[in-house]
Amino acid sequence: MKNRSLKGAFGLATVTVLAFGAVSAMAETPPKKAELVVNEDTKLVTETTPKEGISNLEKAYDGWRFRSSETQAVQADDFDNPGMIFVDQALDQWNAVDGTEGKSCASCHGTPEESMKGVRASYPKWDDSMGKVATIEMEINNCRTNRMGAEAWKYTGGKMTAMNALITLQSRGMPVDVAIDGKAKPTWEHGKEMYYTRTGQLELSCASCHEQHYGDRIRAEILSQGQINGFPAYRLKNGKLNSIHARFKGCVRDTRAETYKPGSDDFVALELYVASRGNGLSVTGPSVRN
Amino acid sequence: MKRAMLGMAMIVAGSIAASAAEIAPEKVEFKDGAVEVSLTGVAGDPAAGRKVIGTKKLGNCVACHQITEMSDVPFHGEIGPSLDGVGSRYSEAELRGIIVDAKHTFEDTIMPSFYKTGPYIRPGKAFTGKAPDGPLPPLLTAQQVEDVVAYLMTQK
Ligand code: HEC
Ligand code: HEC
Repeated sequence: MKNRSLKGAFGLATVTVLAFGAVSAMAETPPKKAELVVNEDTKLVTETTPKEGISNLEKAYDGWRFRSSETQAVQADDFDNPGMIFVDQALDQWNAVDGTEGKSCASCHGTPEESMKGVRASYPKWDDSMGKVATIEMEINNCRTNRMGAEAWKYTGGKMTAMNALITLQSRGMPVDVAIDGKAKPTWEHGKEMYYTRTGQLELSCASCHEQHYGDRIRAEILSQGQINGFPAYRLKNGKLNSIHARFKGCVRDTRAETYKPGSDDFVALELYVASRGNGLSVTGPSVRN
Repeated sequence: MKRAMLGMAMIVAGSIAASAAEIAPEKVEFKDGAVEVSLTGVAGDPAAGRKVIGTKKLGNCVACHQITEMSDVPFHGEIGPSLDGVGSRYSEAELRGIIVDAKHTFEDTIMPSFYKTGPYIRPGKAFTGKAPDGPLPPLLTAQQVEDVVAYLMTQK
């Protein structure tokens, strides 16, 4: 399957160029140049050359690059970025005692600045105690249920996504650097196969839209590369922070397919693979999108 | 009144005739990507085809294609080529083939197959994200395909 679909990804480009010169101009349109400097002091890397063998991308671009200059400006200043309101709420939650053990996140981890720097840049990541690749959400719920005696949070819920944003912020500006070898390898392979599999009645893969047609308009939207280094993402459309798996679910649904469950092994694998496509881009979350 | 009644009768008769002669998705015959025979035997209606092309829940062709004649419909995509002049570039049979299943004409194209019933990987129930209740009907009916082809043939 993987080979066939990979061939598909390359095949289209060839067919297009040979037979339909006019079409090739429409595929893979790079975004216009722009620099993301947050609060006038933190310069973020929004384009990079990916390592070979991970994707068919010549350049990886942060999703910020594909947005309108108005939306871009909102992300460039933390006072304007509505995602930061949720980060503040998460900081209260960080310090709040919850559960039967009488503990807060702070009881074990001190301040987020001290303990969470670099975490987001390396996740998802193999976790020996769980015996599988874990996401930040899984680690949060692991602490809540096993160490605090508190209830698990809903995987894509508001509290979970806000806490993820607080943790993500501690890595802002660091390059995404997820490991795809060792014990994580089979999971990464599975994610890669998912990325190139054409699902649903519309028979579209992630690559159909985000690898072959980034920069092109699909109805009213401009397609990005579907990178996740900017997540959680505050969307002006729904007025909240959105998690990676919620976004994946929406995209799979749009192929008229049966979606996977947020937090499922399948989506974790897809997250690892998509994260690796953006290795080298800065962690930029919480980002702002339309 | 009388005229309207007559019209109704003709439409009803037309649709009965259509279902009798209709070619099922699995029975469509391709020749070099083209489909010679009308799927229904009933002439397509360009106005109805225009609606299918511009409506999200139907063909939603404008999600991927620009068409100047349809500029009253907002936001045309640029994933596929412009459909301006497509009626001069292709024959009716070729266009029918492209709408029924474009993968016969363009290998591995991302354009969906509009008159096909599978097999699909992880098919869902329209845009709900849920598993389907039973076999999925094709994205467009046979007559809608004919209507779309009739509209495209007006784009010279
Ligand atoms: C039918 C086209 C289509 C398909 C197929 C598709 N997406 Fe998307 N995706 C979109 C659109 C449109 C957007 C919103 C604009 C953008 O950011 O690209 C989007 C956005 C995203 C984003 C948000 C990017 C950002 O910077 O905010 C991610 C991540 C993403 N998609 C991942 C995926 C993955 C993974 C798959 C496959 C499981 C997939 N998409 C399949 C159309 C698609
Ligand atoms: C998901 C995107 C997508 C959708 C939806 C879509 N198409 Fe296409 N279409 C394409 C692409 C891409 C091509 C170019 C073929 C290729 O090289 O893959 C194409 C090619 C065509 C062509 C040939 C044009 C030429 O000049 O060679 C016609 C005609 C056409 N499409 C009509 C339609 C109609 C009518 C609909 C709706 C019923 C539709 N398409 C829906 C993506 C799409």
